[in-house]
Amino acid sequence: MSVAAASKLSNGFQGKTLVEVSGLKMYFPISEGILFQKRMGAVKAVDGVSFTIAKGETLGLVGESGCGKTTTGRCILKLEKPSAGEIKFDGVDLLTLDGSELREMRRKIQVIFQDPYSSLNPRMKVGDIIGEPMYVHGIEGDPEKRRLRVRELLTTCGLRPEMDDRYPHEMSGGQRQRVGIARALALEPEFIICDEPVSALDVSIQAQVINLLEDLRDKFDLTYLFIAHDLSVVRHLCHRVAVMYLGKIVELADCDELYDNPMHPYTKALLSAVPVPDPEVEEERQRIIVSGEVPSPINPPSGCVFHTRCSIAIDGCRKNIPEFRELSPGHWVACPEV
Amino acid sequence: MPKLLEIEGLKTQFFTSAGTVRAVDGISYDVEEGETVAIVGESGCGKSVSALSILRLISDPPGRIVDGSVCFMGQDLLALSGEEIRQVRGRQIAMVFQEPMTSLNPVLTIGLQLTETMEQHLGMEREHASRKAAMYLDMVGISDTARRLKQYPHHLSGGMRQRVMIAMALCCEPRIIIADEPTTALDVTIQAQILELMKDLSKRLGVALIIITHNLGVVARYADRVNVMYAGKIIEHGSAREIYKNPRHPYTLGLLNSVPRLDLPRRARLDPIEGQPPDLTQLPEGCAFRVRCRYDVDRCASEVPPLATIQDSHQSACWKKNELQKSAEAVP
Repeated sequence: MSVAAASKLSNGFQGKTLVEVSGLKMYFPISEGILFQKRMGAVKAVDGVSFTIAKGETLGLVGESGCGKTTTGRCILKLEKPSAGEIKFDGVDLLTLDGSELREMRRKIQVIFQDPYSSLNPRMKVGDIIGEPMYVHGIEGDPEKRRLRVRELLTTCGLRPEMDDRYPHEMSGGQRQRVGIARALALEPEFIICDEPVSALDVSIQAQVINLLEDLRDKFDLTYLFIAHDLSVVRHLCHRVAVMYLGKIVELADCDELYDNPMHPYTKALLSAVPVPDPEVEEERQRIIVSGEVPSPINPPSGCVFHTRCSIAIDGCRKNIPEFRELSPGHWVACPEV
Repeated sequence: MPKLLEIEGLKTQFFTSAGTVRAVDGISYDVEEGETVAIVGESGCGKSVSALSILRLISDPPGRIVDGSVCFMGQDLLALSGEEIRQVRGRQIAMVFQEPMTSLNPVLTIGLQLTETMEQHLGMEREHASRKAAMYLDMVGISDTARRLKQYPHHLSGGMRQRVMIAMALCCEPRIIIADEPTTALDVTIQAQILELMKDLSKRLGVALIIITHNLGVVARYADRVNVMYAGKIIEHGSAREIYKNPRHPYTLGLLNSVPRLDLPRRARLDPIEGQPPDLTQLPEGCAFRVRCRYDVDRCASEVPPLATIQDSHQSACWKKNELQKSAEAVP
């Protein structure tokens, strides 16, 4: 899909486009042999993904493990070097930046990781963890001022300011995730990539963190890329949602449209697989159980990547790569059969 | 229906340098033949420990079952000798663990792990057990069984490994299968496949299921009866319908209100339970949920509310159980 087509995807949300990803591909090479490495193939983790995010918008990226949603996020952060494609932030191509320009850009793009246990350095105090980005970017040179700012950030994230003196292991999972959020906010970013920020948390704590993310979005006018596998959480938080399967986006639409009117057979199956906490509703609900498992991204199926598990696949699906087309305004589907 | 398993006043504690952890603090429930009972709660509430206690899989030290009885078909499992309880484990009561990645032995083939149980418990010949193993693999939806039996766990995906675990649990035709978070490590589409399979097998073979989970949706879809646990105690018990329609403990109500739901219109804000679960080494006086509760009264601070009947089999451990309203708007 062309860049022009990709930018059309951002509709409904008033405001300028902040992030523009087009034709993003990330192939991880597989090599064999120790001395003379031979390239044997590639894991096609992300295979031609395009989307845009408007300023102030939250785009949800959902899919099962291994579908490439996290890799997409890492590419935007330049933690990976994409094999192909373009990532523009505020009109600037991130992939061409380096040195001080890149550092400046990194200040504006921050990340919240999934696992609050492994994403905080266990040997650093909470105050140092949150203060470090400011130090690295030379924003608050004076240690005393930095300390005050850290305490302010802790309060913003619903923690007590005196917690800056603690180590991560002295905190619960929910509190650690709040520290991770405070660290992301330290540089006053415009755009935050939230990579499964609540999946490691208990139900009652999940809701607290979701509310916090929502409050912060409103307060600081943030733009989120919200990567998650929990469809009900994504629905609650996002304005638009993209569904990924095996490195490709198979459906993209406004949140309500996608959940009320899913088109792609994979989206339908995914939605139907989520159990609803109400036995009476569950009894009535129609269940679509997809058979089989996600194929290997080393050797993805030809044509439509979903055809091996699809209930409505026809012969053509095995050969032709489905076109990503707009069925109704803003609702894009990669399936010729709907 | 006759009771298959009756747990009475079970208490399991861990004696650590940080103090005594009262992981399971006097729980009682029963399981009838062929039914699915769910134990729901958040991490650290004692749900897994309660399940491990049934089969006496608590490592001592640091843990010990200090009180209570686990009566399985008229026999107190806690009074059995080491040899006798081994006859029950895997044979009468089987277990499916949460982590399909770590609960299979990585250096043994799938076939060996499956036949081992049958050779041990049923005294089968290797040959016969192999045929049986292939049959059970087929039953749990694994094709190409001859090849699979020769493979090692790392050859299989997470969903496949969980299927193997279920086949292992089934192969001695137990009366009860305890599934400890059987699908937590799996993706939603695979989760649906596995749960559907377990429910179907339990119906067909008449095996009772104890599902331990934190996922309220899974409970709603599959359980007949539900026990909600908090800080080592069962705080509400009832039929799945009753619990979801008419929750009578503030914690259950809070859990139900804090999850976003796909079947209802989007809410402006979620309604979380504030605070965090208590430290099990220092449980407060009175009701353990009091500090997070919106309905607490003076009495909650001094007296632990007993699990008392509301109607029929629906029980709740709350002093205000008769005044709770389901809707979140009714919060005082």
